[in-house]
Amino acid sequence: MASQLDDPRIIEFDVRTDEMLVNMGPQHPSTHGVLRLVLRTDGEIVSETTPHIGYLHRCAEKIGENLTPRQWIPYTDRMDYLAGMNMNLGWALTVEKLMNLELPEKARHLRVLIAELNRIASHLVGMGAYGLDLGTFSPFLYAFREREKILDLFEEVCGARLTYSYITVGGATADLPTGWLQKCEDFLDQLLPVISEYHMLLTSNAIFVRRTAAIGLLSAEKAIDYGCTGPVLRGSGVDYDLRRDGEQRYTEMYDGYAFEVIVEKDGHYPKDHDYPAVPKSAVLGDCWHRFYVRMLEVMQSIDLVRQAIDRYSTATGSYGEPVKLTEKLPKGEAYMETEAPRGQMGFYVVSSGGGAIPWRVRARSSSFCNLSVTHDLCRGCLIADVPAIVGSLDIVMGEIDR
Amino acid sequence: MSGTAFLDRLKARFGDKITGANMTAIDPWIEVSPAGLVELCRYLRDEADLKFNMCNCVTGVDYFEPDAKKAAKTEWQPHLEVVYHLSSITNKTSLVLKVNLPRWKDDKPGELPEVPSVAGVWSTADWHEREVFDLVGVRFTGHPDLRRILCPEDWVGHPLRKDYEMPLEYHGIRGR
Repeated sequence: MASQLDDPRIIEFDVRTDEMLVNMGPQHPSTHGVLRLVLRTDGEIVSETTPHIGYLHRCAEKIGENLTPRQWIPYTDRMDYLAGMNMNLGWALTVEKLMNLELPEKARHLRVLIAELNRIASHLVGMGAYGLDLGTFSPFLYAFREREKILDLFEEVCGARLTYSYITVGGATADLPTGWLQKCEDFLDQLLPVISEYHMLLTSNAIFVRRTAAIGLLSAEKAIDYGCTGPVLRGSGVDYDLRRDGEQRYTEMYDGYAFEVIVEKDGHYPKDHDYPAVPKSAVLGDCWHRFYVRMLEVMQSIDLVRQAIDRYSTATGSYGEPVKLTEKLPKGEAYMETEAPRGQMGFYVVSSGGGAIPWRVRARSSSFCNLSVTHDLCRGCLIADVPAIVGSLDIVMGEIDR
Repeated sequence: MSGTAFLDRLKARFGDKITGANMTAIDPWIEVSPAGLVELCRYLRDEADLKFNMCNCVTGVDYFEPDAKKAAKTEWQPHLEVVYHLSSITNKTSLVLKVNLPRWKDDKPGELPEVPSVAGVWSTADWHEREVFDLVGVRFTGHPDLRRILCPEDWVGHPLRKDYEMPLEYHGIRGR
């Protein structure tokens, strides 16, 4: 008589391995800081991912209730420490919105210049660290080589290499040093050819494509539902960039600048540079596309910095004197989002009037929302794909935990 | 659509669930009662010409002045506000919703005030509501997984409350 064991499918069912809870982080090298993921795994397959955050919580919002807006600027640096200038800019614009401050033309171009330069630096780290997540070390060194030069430029501008506190309420703390624009242009000339090296190292690398294409698929609807923004949203094919679609106070900074939002339209990305074609295996919304959008944004930012240099050198007005440290805030509240390298960074300020210290400050973090989609992206993937997916979101824990 | 026309439309549909509005503020806001919140949010998200498909931010603000002298001068009675910043990617518009809550449920200190969760409308609200629960102390009813998110699970108190005091010690670490 045939027993149950004769049916191979039943044997296969019987040898299912036990479910295991695997702790990834908070000291794991591929978690970009102190992120802890608890994975429920069956063999190599991840069935559930639970992120645990808060290891870097520094009560920035509570501190903001005890400081004037200009005093809080250094705390914004420490949120997304890879894009300090963009954080400064977001907070400065929010407070300026509350105070209804208008900036001179020159100050606006200076801000575009600095913010876009920082975007390049931030995306370079994002690119290098992503290679590191996937097990290749050299792109990281190449990326840091170029980023170092941007940090040198920033050091000359404000004295700091990471936490700048340069852009501040009312403008910036100082004007650009003489001769700096030339150095900046020299750097851009040098950077552009290097980008194709990066593309060779990663974007079109066969192993890289195998590790990222068609992995971690995020549909446009889901991206919007989870509040994903920045390259994560555009990597899913949603044509939305606050530099074009944001509030007037922010978009007027970019008035007259020629740039196209980096997003796939009808199967093509905007064609104004040489870059490798989309591999056949890549699907819109996967890790590869998110990475690719970031790489193209580096090129776009190079263009924007060049345009900003031209405009800045002919612009009139001052670089924007900062307001007094204890400038009184009018009663009211303002919320504003800007396009930081990792997505839409929002700041919210409530003032009860009569003082220089706001009643409540709030930072809406882009990485926070981008990370919240992990459990959905990692469902059913292999353990080795988890770093590939989390890395493609390009999170910074300082910004998530604030 | 102008602000007032939009407000009239919402008032016609939701009646007294819309409890207030300020259309001339820097960011115009509409105040809604907790009972009407989820219904209004679904309407804002699904209506073909509104399509507020992204919830940018959920914030809690504690209006309470611990200093009795200053408290006498404030224009408001102590209360909590939950603020929802919404935007529409399709129409490139934004909107602010507010819900007014007592600081404590039934005025019993320690009992968190309740507001229905909108995590079922926008998934973004899931983590944001956990953060508001953790830091400001608002209980979101119907939330799928309301745990602390930034503070440790055994933390006592809600740090962004204005009368919050740092614990004296936490697992042997001096607090203040």
